[in-house]
Amino acid sequence: MFDLTGKSALVTGASGGIGADIARALHAAGATVGLSGTRVEPLEALAAELGGRAHVLPCNLSDAEAVEGLVKRAAEAMGAVDILVNNAGITRDGLVMRMSDADWQAVIDVNLTATFRLCRAAIRGMMKARWGRIVNISSVVGQTGNAGQVNYAASKAGMVGMSKSLAAEVASRGITVNCVAPGFIETAMTDKLNEAQRAGILGAVPAGRMGTPQEIAAAVLYLASPEAGYVTGATLHVNGGMAMV
Amino acid sequence: MSDIAERVKKIVVEHLGVEEDKVVENASFIDDLGADSLDTVELVMAFEEEFGIEIPDDAAETIQTFGDAVGFISKAV
Repeated sequence: MFDLTGKSALVTGASGGIGADIARALHAAGATVGLSGTRVEPLEALAAELGGRAHVLPCNLSDAEAVEGLVKRAAEAMGAVDILVNNAGITRDGLVMRMSDADWQAVIDVNLTATFRLCRAAIRGMMKARWGRIVNISSVVGQTGNAGQVNYAASKAGMVGMSKSLAAEVASRGITVNCVAPGFIETAMTDKLNEAQRAGILGAVPAGRMGTPQEIAAAVLYLASPEAGYVTGATLHVNGGMAMV
Repeated sequence: MSDIAERVKKIVVEHLGVEEDKVVENASFIDDLGADSLDTVELVMAFEEEFGIEIPDDAAETIQTFGDAVGFISKAV
């Protein structure tokens, strides 16, 4: 099951903890992977670790022109983009009363607008191929909200609505569009939390622990697989029971 | 029939799976040939590729029939 031999996958944010494990999981299933991110060094280290079938494609997602060109570069490097995983995301947390327009816009630009642009660029080839998988990495806070994260939560909720709409547009062409919504996952983003914050969070997670990047990657692998062909417009929540939606 | 019309017809027949004799001058892609809105986008993409031209979105909206497509492409190539 979940054999991706012969498929090519573009993963954004592959320099981060979750993105790297998503790339590892797709690669282990046989896919050729395009590793995108802003920091070249970790991308090259990951490509070296994976050995063959890995291409480093640096891209700054707040640069509209670079985003437009990324899918093209990926298709040139890999022959096609059959699977697109929009995983890259940033946070600029702050209470609304103190949040600048710039902090709002930066998060919307990278998390939502870049995702839209990459989807738009990728579906062209997927429509021709009559096969495609788009997996957008949302977040539990897109569903539940979170004080201090209006920009991030809005971008992640926006991703869900966008994915459902796109799913409806392209379903007849064998293309599925889904979201994975992680809860609290052990990454650099959650390492910044102090002990009290950590304890507070874990009190709200029935599973009593943080999730691992591998557990997100497994959900992505499923949605990217041929077996998930009848699943579209869905959001798969991977959050240890923190929000049962 | 011109060479352009023949090539356009071939794309329409292949893409929409319709009989060749249904693809006439004033046949509407959506009303007569069973295309949905996504088909019309794909047809425009196929025309762009076949003829090496760019069809802007506002022009694409005016291409409703087989005759429209042949007319637009004949001017564009």
